[in-house]
Amino acid sequence: MKAFTQHRGLVGPMDRANVDTDMIIPKQFLKSIKRSGFGPNLFDELRYLDHGEPGQDCSSRPLNPDFSLNQERYQGASILLTRKNFGCGSSREHAPWALEDYGFNAVIAPSYADIFYNNCFKNGLLPVILLEREVGILFSELEASEGYQLDIDLVSQTVSSDSGQVFNFSLDQFRKQCLLNGLDEIGLTLLQSEKIKQYEIEREKSQPWVYGAIK
Amino acid sequence: MSARTLYDKLWDTHLVTENDDGSSLLYIDRHVLHEVTSPQAFEGLRIAGRMPWRLDTNIATPDHNISTDRSERESGVSGIPDETSRIQVQTLDDNCDHFGIKEFKMNEMGQGIVHVMGPELGATMPGMTVVCGDSHTATHGALACLAHGIGTSEVEHVLATQCLVTKKMKNMRIRVEGKMGLGVTPKDVVLAIIGKIGTAGGSGHAIEFAGSVFRDMSIEGRMTVCNMAIEAGASVGMVAVDEKTIDYCEGRKFVPKGDVWHQAVAYWRTLLSDSDALFDTEIELHADDIIPQVTWGTSPEMVAPVTALVPRPEDQPDKELRKGLVRALEYMGLEGGMPIVSINVDRVFIGSCTNSRIEDMREAAQVAKGRQVAASVKQVLIVPGSQMVKAQAEAEGLDKIFIAAGMEWREPGCSMCLAMNADKLGDGEHCASTSNRNFEGRQGKGGRTHLMSPAMAAAAAVAGHIVDVRSFLGQTISKEIQL
Repeated sequence: MKAFTQHRGLVGPMDRANVDTDMIIPKQFLKSIKRSGFGPNLFDELRYLDHGEPGQDCSSRPLNPDFSLNQERYQGASILLTRKNFGCGSSREHAPWALEDYGFNAVIAPSYADIFYNNCFKNGLLPVILLEREVGILFSELEASEGYQLDIDLVSQTVSSDSGQVFNFSLDQFRKQCLLNGLDEIGLTLLQSEKIKQYEIEREKSQPWVYGAIK
Repeated sequence: MSARTLYDKLWDTHLVTENDDGSSLLYIDRHVLHEVTSPQAFEGLRIAGRMPWRLDTNIATPDHNISTDRSERESGVSGIPDETSRIQVQTLDDNCDHFGIKEFKMNEMGQGIVHVMGPELGATMPGMTVVCGDSHTATHGALACLAHGIGTSEVEHVLATQCLVTKKMKNMRIRVEGKMGLGVTPKDVVLAIIGKIGTAGGSGHAIEFAGSVFRDMSIEGRMTVCNMAIEAGASVGMVAVDEKTIDYCEGRKFVPKGDVWHQAVAYWRTLLSDSDALFDTEIELHADDIIPQVTWGTSPEMVAPVTALVPRPEDQPDKELRKGLVRALEYMGLEGGMPIVSINVDRVFIGSCTNSRIEDMREAAQVAKGRQVAASVKQVLIVPGSQMVKAQAEAEGLDKIFIAAGMEWREPGCSMCLAMNADKLGDGEHCASTSNRNFEGRQGKGGRTHLMSPAMAAAAAVAGHIVDVRSFLGQTISKEIQL
């Protein structure tokens, strides 16, 4: 997995609450059996005026001029600034895949849906949680200055703007370590194989019906 | 040991080890796979040269993108017209064959929507940890399972290690006391709960549904409720074991028999919260306050009793909420202040992992019986949740009731709940739907979803607009519909 330590980048806004995973990546794109290539279809229904289908050449599709990320000033954005409960809805990991493939390295919001939040860490995408008030300040600064950039430092767990604002964010230590080191989580778990096997032996003795039925 | 909740007990039983960094290794008993969120996980195994940790914990079936049209289904996987869908279903078949995972293939008895199939086959049993690459996995919590959705990286993790690296959630209990009134169904109860606590109200929590309403409810009804825990922000929803749970499990395909059955039942009876267990959050509703519910907006929390008016933005004091309300009404093509029963419907969808079980089919058929779909309604899809539900419904003659009413009786699958196949709404069309999400574009780009119960959806099909199903219920059927 891709590691994340620190990042400085252009901020792009998605100024609404409860952005759901159907909005992030509509279902027709979930038919792919690959992990990559979802970026051109990120926010497809908001971003384009026509109906998107897999396999299209998105470069020639009509863009929705009212969609924030289509504006010239936000081209190349790598930090998404948004509102509360981002990523609610389905468990589709295609949502963080699409955000990452589009070019985002981090998302900043007051809160996230549980499954989406968890999925981000598996893909080197950092979901930063700030207070609603702090997110409000960043939205105001973003609106006021073109080319607005932020610094995110995972080691010190801070978001800082060039105006001197510094906000701290918290996250679980195990998630932080995995992201900082880009660790292979499966490989780490397999280091505990003996414990898992021991657990299974004891479980099978006390609850034999859990095993063997499905063949 | 101090008093524990049901969730605490399930957690403790499945804890393999606690790591120094605060994470835990949780053992997974049952892993349910489908075509959409598994291909990249299998590919990951192949690339790393890993094999599944063990095979007898996994069960698979295609459901999300397959056609529900009989003639298309009869032509098999090779006859799926959409190439990307065909490749995805074929990939699931190939992966299951290659790794030796038990799969109920597209037209095989046993196939169905993952969350209908697991419990009805007895593949999910009380006390198990159950995961699936689908957010509605909490459905299995109706059998007192610790069940939740996972992403594809975790699908691969579970395949390779039989474990998840995770952290314990907080405990929430939602009590609903009283008795459900005429025409009020489990769907109305869960929609009312979401209306009360909001779509993020349960975030970070495992919810236990408790109180007389859930004790009186069938297992199918409990599944409808647990299914939508995620719509309240909680990935886990569950109900404690009682006699109904045990009766439901007895005799199912993968459930043990003989001595092991008795041993299992003795353990299952312990799967309830201790009377003095503490919950981090407690919510209470009363059944008397719940009447049939309908969503009017683009989030499941935008819900109201069928007798209400669509909210007016000017009545909303909070600026952010008002902005969201204005946007939702614009998308839905509705005016604040209009009666919910004045909303016309273009299509009706009765199905999905929320409401496609035999009871749902019966509930809809009771309303459809002897009635006709309104001329203004373009299509009414009745999609049973599994091959077994379909066979049972046909044995009871429900299919004939639907067809006589002008409705379409389809093959099992997820269908118009997420519109990955050809079953979808056109731009601007309103749909009375028994599914679980009314997000923008969920049932088709520009489609406008109104979530409700199967009885309410069938009534809307007949009336041509949203209607209070209680006005349809004569004395003779009132007892049966009162689930």
